[in-house]
Amino acid sequence: MTLLFNLLAQSLQMLLVLALAPLLIGFVRKLKARLLRRKGPPIIQPWLDLIRLLRKEVVLADNASWLYRSAPYLIFAMIWVAASLVPTFATGLTFSWSADLIAIIALLGSARFFLALAGMDIGTSFGGIGSSREAMFGSLAEPAMMMIVFTVSFVAGTTQLSEIAAYMVANMELRASVGMALVALLIVAIAENGRIPVDNPATHLELTMVHEAMVLEYSGRYLALIELASALKLLLYISLIACVFFPVGLASHDAGAEAMMIGLCAYVLKLAIGGGALALFETSTAKMRIFRVPDFLGAGLMLGLLATLLVFVTRSL
Amino acid sequence: MPLYLALTSVSALLAVSVYAILDRRNHDVSRNVYRLCIGLCGVIFLAAVMPRGAHVISTALPLGLPWIGMHFRIDVLTAFFLAVVNLGGAAASAYAIGYGAHEKEPMRVLPFYPAFLAGMNLVVLADDAFTFLVAWEFMSLTSWALVLTHHHEEENRRAGFVYLLMASFGGFALLMAFGVLGGVGGAYDFASIRESTKAGWTSGLVLALALVGMGSKAGLAPLHIWLPLAHPAAPSHVSALMSGVMTKVAVYGFIRVVFDLLGPPAFWWSVEPMTFGAASALIGVLFATIQSDLKKLLAYSTIENIGVIFIALGLALAFKANGMALPAALAFTAALFHVFNHSLFKSLLFFGAGAVLNASGERSIERLGGLIHAMPKTAFLFLGGCVAIAALPPLNGFVSEWLVFQAILLSPALPQWTVKLLVPAVGVALALSAALGAGCYIRAYGVAFLGRPRSEAARRAHDPDRWSLGTMAVLLTLCLIAGLLPSLLIDTISPVAKDFVGGRMPTQAELSWLSIAPVAESRSSYNGLLVFVFILFSAYSARWVIHKFGTARSRRAPAWDCGYIEASPTTQYTGSSFAQPIRRTLGVMAFSVRERLDMPAPGDTRAARLSVEIKDRIFDYLYAPLTRAVESCAERLNVLSLMTIQEYLALVFAALVFLLVLVAI
Repeated sequence: MTLLFNLLAQSLQMLLVLALAPLLIGFVRKLKARLLRRKGPPIIQPWLDLIRLLRKEVVLADNASWLYRSAPYLIFAMIWVAASLVPTFATGLTFSWSADLIAIIALLGSARFFLALAGMDIGTSFGGIGSSREAMFGSLAEPAMMMIVFTVSFVAGTTQLSEIAAYMVANMELRASVGMALVALLIVAIAENGRIPVDNPATHLELTMVHEAMVLEYSGRYLALIELASALKLLLYISLIACVFFPVGLASHDAGAEAMMIGLCAYVLKLAIGGGALALFETSTAKMRIFRVPDFLGAGLMLGLLATLLVFVTRSL
Repeated sequence: MPLYLALTSVSALLAVSVYAILDRRNHDVSRNVYRLCIGLCGVIFLAAVMPRGAHVISTALPLGLPWIGMHFRIDVLTAFFLAVVNLGGAAASAYAIGYGAHEKEPMRVLPFYPAFLAGMNLVVLADDAFTFLVAWEFMSLTSWALVLTHHHEEENRRAGFVYLLMASFGGFALLMAFGVLGGVGGAYDFASIRESTKAGWTSGLVLALALVGMGSKAGLAPLHIWLPLAHPAAPSHVSALMSGVMTKVAVYGFIRVVFDLLGPPAFWWSVEPMTFGAASALIGVLFATIQSDLKKLLAYSTIENIGVIFIALGLALAFKANGMALPAALAFTAALFHVFNHSLFKSLLFFGAGAVLNASGERSIERLGGLIHAMPKTAFLFLGGCVAIAALPPLNGFVSEWLVFQAILLSPALPQWTVKLLVPAVGVALALSAALGAGCYIRAYGVAFLGRPRSEAARRAHDPDRWSLGTMAVLLTLCLIAGLLPSLLIDTISPVAKDFVGGRMPTQAELSWLSIAPVAESRSSYNGLLVFVFILFSAYSARWVIHKFGTARSRRAPAWDCGYIEASPTTQYTGSSFAQPIRRTLGVMAFSVRERLDMPAPGDTRAARLSVEIKDRIFDYLYAPLTRAVESCAERLNVLSLMTIQEYLALVFAALVFLLVLVAI
């Protein structure tokens, strides 16, 4: 019975992140539009777009290989799995121990690997430019992320996200190192999701585009999967920030249905706050030049390193 | 019994060398030699994994120097490395049955190849300094001969020369190391060295010498310069052996001397391996990222992986010195796990590069492209190798790197400040090199295998023979198994860790669902199998849902490319343009890059030119002055060779007196 309940909670999480991810994108877009005094499309517009795309025929470039055709499924699956392993409304779900924080980061790395390869498969210069820049961003964002993982897990003494969340709930205190890690994580999250000021998700055919350049040749269901995957990735990062730094309201896996409901409400609220902050930030900054991005990410890396050193030097900060 | 079996097989390998020379007129000789090598490597592999009656088996054979003889021994460490060496050896031989048939001068490979295998096995089996050094030099010289297989090319001759220099330098350092270890008494068998007490300065000296000697063979920066020249120069199956296996023999030597012969470590021993390991990891991966020669790229990436192994070994030393048995076992296991992994995927990748080289005649990725259509099977297997080496889950490269990270996460408990401050820096280097490594393999695979062919040769390429493909498939399967069921391998390494760092990780087989947890499940756990099944399940269920409720239709059309009309394949991103952002952001620190743009004035019809000059700082600031110093010394000492006989006699007399006085004091 317990096992059944646990499995149910786990599947609920998988479906929940899937359902919420496009809504989050829609919410951010709506909010950005309102901030610019436009009306904006309805919040469920991303879902409608996805459904439309799924029913459309795929137009494949002449020399697309099997890698190009299987990559969208792989990328989607990897990010979906990663997103369902991050605690959202409850900790310690049935499969949460099958990958710790490092493995979740690495799963995102795998997804990036295949996306960048898919960008190069057709053999157009746009795909190459996107992949090349994605590789550069990745090679700076991933170490920064590792430093954040180091800091957080030195503080909490574990790399299991559920345990980290439990520790953070039990030890609510202000630490300089954790604060720095939070700022670094925000920087990494913005870069990894290709948001302003690193990349602009709303543009096509701009000289500095990265993500859109890689997926330029994709259409139909493949494009839908990749769009869904990138929405899931944004959701994942907000869940990660919420779970590690603001684990309020998280239910334990054996807490029963009522606590889960509270956790669910808290989670939706956190997503709304995260999305709102993102929309506010994006409307108030401009996109930066592509070669300023390494400086931006470098700042994240340095902050992460500083936080790690701080934890090494003194356990109390 | 296993020891004699191994020794007999090693002598049989030497006999195969002789057979290759005697039977050189036979057309089948290449095939026969490689078949025999597979068999013999298989036998030694079995000898290594078969249950041994005693924990340690040793023997002394009346060979070599009179009254000393040659000592051989198998213990858990030897058995592990024998298994790695011979797995790699058998794979390379199986691949070579197909690949070697294309060799234009087989007699430049066949006699040395079995001898090279024998040399590597003997190093691992040796149980006294004399045998170790003889086997070490034998291994160096046979591999040098193999590097010179295609000696008609100027570049390869230079590679051979640099390799010979570095190998003799390393051998010299090892000679000194064992000299200091053996002491004045001259007890050179490992048993007496182990027993003897070492003064404080000796261990420091031996550690430095061992790091130089073993590190120069393993490719530890800054002693790595020969490796990217020599490894690619040899035929591809030998490159795989040198990169995948011989570097591991050097790692074995380091472990044997530092973890075993030198006795209990002090904490500062860990500083050198960690520093140089981190430097190697970064330098290796950065240079790999800008290489356009596929085999050179793989060689540089070997330097990176050796760096990772030495980082883990350094951590193990630090933990061991502080009596932290469990973390020490974790770091040590991570190192050996990576040794095993790297030997698998590096061989796989070199085999793939060899197949590409044979099919297209090209080593430069800039003239390849689109091989995924021309060589679909090789492309799939090579992709597997890339995912594995880029440390991405669910393959095996990720598991060992994950273990190293877990070991780093235990390091705040170390009491010494030096190590405490060093470890985060090493952690950054490791994380950077892992991320850059992924980018490096995106570039290598994307440019060579994806896109459109950039040359006629790439268009006409085809998959290699069944032997080559089969070997690569077996290696990829092993990578997958090691990645999905790491608990098997960790439990196999456990006894080695127990003997050499005095602790062991919790038995992983007892955990439920085949997951691994280095310390405790509440601290960290990873389950490759479950993640893999999860990914496959999600991917297939997504596909099913879409095909059922959406559509499964697709049609082919010219590429969209934002509406540009179909451009020539030369407009694709090349390897150097792919690496440009990384070259630009990290290149200033790592290598002195100078880009020069020669843009003609408007109206001028001459072509514009962009030239990029990349220099290796280590070569410029370390080796170039050294070479100049040696040359000028040689120039000055030249007068000695022009002296008269009386002057010579006087010189000899003076030297004799000087030495006698020195001894008397």
